[in-house]
Amino acid sequence: MATATLPVALADATRDDASLRRFLHGLPGVDQVGVEQRAAGLGTRSIKKAAKLWAIDTAISMVDLTTLEGADTHGKVRALCAKARRPDPDRPDTPPVAAVCVYPDLAATAVEALAGTGIAVASVATAFPSGRSSREVKLADVRLAVTSGAAEVDMVIDRGAFLEGRYGQVFEEIQAVKAACGDAHLKVILETGELATYDNVRRASWLALLAGGDFIKTSTGKVSPAATLPVTHVMLQAVRDWYTATGELRGVKPAGGIRTTKDAIRYLVAVHEVAGEQWLTPTLFRFGASSLLNDLLLQRRTQLDGHYSGPDYLAVD
Amino acid sequence: MSTWEYAPAPESRDIANLRPSYRPFIGGEFVDGSGEPLKTINPATEEVLAEVGTASVSDVDTAVKAARRAYERTWRTMPGAERAKYLFRIARLIQERSRELAVLETLDNGKPIKESRDADVPTAAAHFFYHAGWADKLGYAGYGPDPKPLGVAGQVIPWNFPLLMLAWKIAPALATGNTVVLKPAETTPLSALVFAEICQQAGLPPGVVNIVPGAGDIGAALVDHPGVDKVAFTGSTEVGKQIQRAVAGTPKKLTLELGGKAANVVFDDAPLDQAVEGIVNGIFYNQGHVCCAGSRLLAQESVVDELLEKLRHRVSTLRLGDPLDKNTDIGAVNSAEQLARIRDLAETGDAEGAQRWTSPCPVPERGFFFPPTVFSGVEQSMRIAREEIFGPVLSVLTFRTPDEAVAKANNTPYGLSAGIWTEKGSRILWAASKLRAGVVWANTFNRFDPAAPFGGYQESGFGREGGRTGLEAYLDV
Repeated sequence: MATATLPVALADATRDDASLRRFLHGLPGVDQVGVEQRAAGLGTRSIKKAAKLWAIDTAISMVDLTTLEGADTHGKVRALCAKARRPDPDRPDTPPVAAVCVYPDLAATAVEALAGTGIAVASVATAFPSGRSSREVKLADVRLAVTSGAAEVDMVIDRGAFLEGRYGQVFEEIQAVKAACGDAHLKVILETGELATYDNVRRASWLALLAGGDFIKTSTGKVSPAATLPVTHVMLQAVRDWYTATGELRGVKPAGGIRTTKDAIRYLVAVHEVAGEQWLTPTLFRFGASSLLNDLLLQRRTQLDGHYSGPDYLAVD
Repeated sequence: MSTWEYAPAPESRDIANLRPSYRPFIGGEFVDGSGEPLKTINPATEEVLAEVGTASVSDVDTAVKAARRAYERTWRTMPGAERAKYLFRIARLIQERSRELAVLETLDNGKPIKESRDADVPTAAAHFFYHAGWADKLGYAGYGPDPKPLGVAGQVIPWNFPLLMLAWKIAPALATGNTVVLKPAETTPLSALVFAEICQQAGLPPGVVNIVPGAGDIGAALVDHPGVDKVAFTGSTEVGKQIQRAVAGTPKKLTLELGGKAANVVFDDAPLDQAVEGIVNGIFYNQGHVCCAGSRLLAQESVVDELLEKLRHRVSTLRLGDPLDKNTDIGAVNSAEQLARIRDLAETGDAEGAQRWTSPCPVPERGFFFPPTVFSGVEQSMRIAREEIFGPVLSVLTFRTPDEAVAKANNTPYGLSAGIWTEKGSRILWAASKLRAGVVWANTFNRFDPAAPFGGYQESGFGREGGRTGLEAYLDV
């Protein structure tokens, strides 16, 4: 696991609960006005023509196509998988999405539907979305996902413990989940809407990175606000700082509330200019979204055809 | 590894509605000036944009007389509520023509369209809206029940924010009942002459606003004119001193907004990522052509390495190039003369032993461009720590204790602005009370609002612009 090779300063940070608290509280603060101003400023970048088409294709290949409803059925998941494989059947050159994201009891269905496509199955776990259960139940949830064949696990952190300042507990839990994941990639959902401050987002990001999370993810999509640009800025800055400190590349996934191509491009600009060019790949950046995909497809058609198409030409799922 | 080149996204230059020639605006009419016409160029391409008729000394006299007539016959006696209507109208017209003004400003000045569109033009409109509100409430401004205007204001403005500096000068003058003769900078006269058109569109009585393009001699003629009651100048400290000598012993009231060498002080408990943003915004905004630019970075020794690493990464992402491209962060330096001055001063930095780091961004072959530059290892005694460079060149100095930070920050004959970066509220209040600067920003930089007074200490000038305090400069109090 990653923590074995950490530089001394970072390895020391996780020695015990008190060190962890000192480390997290010693991180530089985040100025709210400043980060929001920067995010708004970068949001005015004008992405046109070839740059836009590249951004649309890249965004499509970064989508974790998601369904997380109580009403999800095998049929619904299979429909979503079909969409993931060929997002726009009229335009076979459209790239497939990165992954399909479902609840663990439906992971097996998705794995079967996506066999041989190279599209990953991501499963939420750890008593998603609230994370309010015992460690045993959470780990059992992870095992269900992994044994069903999920290649990626999206866990939630215990926000209650985090807000109470029991960072050690949150840290251990992420480590335990990481161990239970085996080869599966671990995305750690911080649920930034419940952490409320940017300082907390930065601390939770570092906590998750220290504990071995492969990705840090903003939200479950069940809490408002979900992903926002300034929160994503703070998280992108964290993975960049992590890279500077350790030489390791970790990923970021904003999820929830990103519905339009315009929004997606703003996120990609932030990835490009805050984290850096290396992060412009599905292995290091994902969008957790459902309705975003159709807007990307619509805008892709517009770019290629030179005129607007209509939503009726795309599959609703 | 993927690469993502942003495609060019230029704003159309046709929007500027450029004409082959422009003329001075005197007594409500565009007139042929009897000065030698000048050619104004686009500093990003060095091509001629238009020919501009200039005023002669006798035209200045005509303009001052027109302003006097307008003052005596209409403007001073007009109820404040009526004056306000004209100011509101002008503000709305600036908004209506904002795209045209933004593109024109970018063409003539070289600043990125992103800034003229999102800052210069909207803030100019905001100044007229703000001061329109004061026009009928002057009795409540704290200067007595019925404060009187001064008369004719002679105003001379610089090239770094042509339209915005015009708004800072004209809006409070008109709101308080004065009339105006304004000389725009020699290299950037165009937006002022389009503003004159806006005055016509707004039906402003003839002579209330007069625009007299020309070089420094016309500015001097305006300042020296005996019919002028009030002189307001924004520009270099050197010229400011000449003006102060010229008006000494006359009844003219004077306000000066001059140079600066602001310190941006970063303490070890600062929000570092946002401090980096503030440093970038402080020195690279408008190519560093800002009198209140944060041209000296004072960083606490315990964080300077981390800060500089983050700063260099951030500066490397700045996009230098065509100012009309919406993704350009750094545009062109306004003139060949200014570019030469920046180069000369930067060379003294090398000669005096500071370490130069230059952003790896590509620099266009034509036009006046200077890439973002950071000098580290700068000492208080070096010229790049003391003289105003007025370009995208940052000097990085360090300090050990808060007292040393304040001592170094104050160790300058200037005193226009300063920045403080710390998460500790008590330190912000402490430092703000110790720093000798007219504007102190805490955890931000280069933020402007018409309601906030702006002005300097010592050789950065005197008098305030904006806010209630700014009205005093145009009232007989």
